[in-house]
Amino acid sequence: MSIVAEHARQRGALLPILHALQETFGCIDDAAIPLLAGALNLSRADVHGVVSFYHDFRRTRPGRHVVKMCRAEACQAMGADALLDHARRSLTVDAHGTTADGAFSLEPVFCLGNCALSPAVMIDGVLHGRVGPERFDALTADLRAQDQAEDAR
Amino acid sequence: MSHRLTSIYVPRDAAALSVGADAVAAAIRAEASRRGLPLRVVRNGSRGMLWLEPLVEVATDAGRVAYGAVTPADVPSLFDAGFLTGGPHPLGQGLTEEIPFFKKQERLTFARCGVIDPLSVEDYRAHGGFRGLENALAMTPAEIVATVTESGLRGRGGAGFPTGVKWNTVLNAEADEKFVCCNADEGDSGTFADRMMIEGDPFCLIEGMTIAALAVGATAGYVYMRSEYPHATETLRHAIRLAYDEGWLGENIHGTDRIFHLEARVGAGAYICGEETAMLESLEGKRGMVRAKPPLPALQGLFGKPTVVNNVLSLCAVPIILDRGADYYRDFGVGRSRGTLPFQLAGNIRQGGIVEKAFGVTLHELLYEYGGGTISGRPIRAVQVGGPLGAYLPPAQFDLRKDYEAFAAQGAMLGHGGIVVFDDTVNMARQARFAMEFCAIESCGKCTPCRIGSTRGVEVIDKIIAGQDVDDNLALLDDLCEVMLDGSLCAMGGMTPFPVRSAIKHFGEDFRPTTASPSATGIRAGDAP
Repeated sequence: MSIVAEHARQRGALLPILHALQETFGCIDDAAIPLLAGALNLSRADVHGVVSFYHDFRRTRPGRHVVKMCRAEACQAMGADALLDHARRSLTVDAHGTTADGAFSLEPVFCLGNCALSPAVMIDGVLHGRVGPERFDALTADLRAQDQAEDAR
Repeated sequence: MSHRLTSIYVPRDAAALSVGADAVAAAIRAEASRRGLPLRVVRNGSRGMLWLEPLVEVATDAGRVAYGAVTPADVPSLFDAGFLTGGPHPLGQGLTEEIPFFKKQERLTFARCGVIDPLSVEDYRAHGGFRGLENALAMTPAEIVATVTESGLRGRGGAGFPTGVKWNTVLNAEADEKFVCCNADEGDSGTFADRMMIEGDPFCLIEGMTIAALAVGATAGYVYMRSEYPHATETLRHAIRLAYDEGWLGENIHGTDRIFHLEARVGAGAYICGEETAMLESLEGKRGMVRAKPPLPALQGLFGKPTVVNNVLSLCAVPIILDRGADYYRDFGVGRSRGTLPFQLAGNIRQGGIVEKAFGVTLHELLYEYGGGTISGRPIRAVQVGGPLGAYLPPAQFDLRKDYEAFAAQGAMLGHGGIVVFDDTVNMARQARFAMEFCAIESCGKCTPCRIGSTRGVEVIDKIIAGQDVDDNLALLDDLCEVMLDGSLCAMGGMTPFPVRSAIKHFGEDFRPTTASPSATGIRAGDAP
């Protein structure tokens, strides 16, 4: 509720609030919907309609690392489809899915704005350009190694 | 040697960061301290020569000298080669502004991008920043609108509507409150100029929006950012805070009694929110559903109030118009396309990046003289101009002059100036299928031709690719395209037929597997395991 209060003065505050909730909790929990409806004087259907409209808002928590992979035209011209296939095989996960160990969620997206250095991938908000299969494996291997080091501590 | 610290520029643009600019900056700092050499590292925007990123520049007496693409491993050898005084090195590119790709450009909008520290008001002012706003503060709203109208500036978001005419409508609307909204939802593949401007020269956008507000009598504004651009959003929010701190935004702009409040809002991954009325709905906290027009947003826009909605590049062209005058800007360009457009070379291109040129440059010049052909070394087979809703053009049309009317006459659109290059391994039937698939995924669902038509389009193209009743299904597809074109509420459904029809028209062999060209087999260069 403190998140809602923080944004109360903004007009059209629902999107900023949903972003803040997802940032804090990893997803938009079902329980948040009636709370937001009450606080913003909207119907629950209104809030549900907004949450379900936008690709970014999740109803369940993602993996530890979110891999956004561009599959728009400029990246297609540089092999993005093949890279997405590679990622699905190497992580053993489907598009929009999360790996069994909860390490990675794979999200195909349309355009990360790095179209002259395609294919582009964004991992946990960090943009990478010219990502071929080898570089992709190196990036994900680094993250796994970091996670293991943290778990060991 | 002077006593000034040597300045080294390492871009903080997201594209530069994506290929390791932060690591390069850290390596330069570490190497300098190891050698006991004091220097100043400035994190600038990008010069737009993206194939050379990370592009490191050194300020010398002769001008800025460029080295690229630099990796952290190159840094010790750069010091050994005396790069602090512009010494020769295998990565040396000479004086930045003499690099052929850069030298022949006409940079008005991007004049400061990559040159200054994007988060320094002082640097911005030292390079002509806020002079347009200072002039505007001394003018009446009608005079500002007249100047923009006379400049010939047209909306850079794609539609090319005259900016001054739009502003005049908002100026003349009676209301207790008006808004200025910047559409920074740059969702088209092959476009990144908005992002680069916001990361490389954010005060320019802030200044342009403030001038727009003065021109129409608005007191509040929003920039609608993409969630895919976290770095740009962070940069813009930082710049907005600095502008407030230094009196360029808020209650008393530059010591006057003029008011303008500005806030950056972030979308949530919906492409359709780049359509102006869907963007307004989203800013109001709703689903990004397209509104029927009329009423025009200029009369009933955000929260039902008169609203200026402009693209980033339109607003970023405004400060120089108010600074140098309408004539100065209008003197660039051809016919009814005045000024410059930052073209963006993307996809399979050797030298990708920003080429800001006056209207009238041809695709051929852009693709070969600037772009240097494909990076794969194979021939260019197709380019898509103007984003996912833009037409695919074959090499036979590369002599087309880049201006709004010449493109419209060819059933294509110049759009945002984004150009995506494909080599001869592309399968155009698959690209046509993708256009329909993209529309099916991103349609807001309000009108039937777009919502249902796109899904039916994918199905029909799948049948064509499978070789099923090809002639009948091509006729059906053409009919479907006609319905979407005529019956859709906005450009999403209304223009998806452009890439589909142009692919069929210019690359018909890819739709007929029986008379197949090698590329019609559906196998692409990168598909092998």
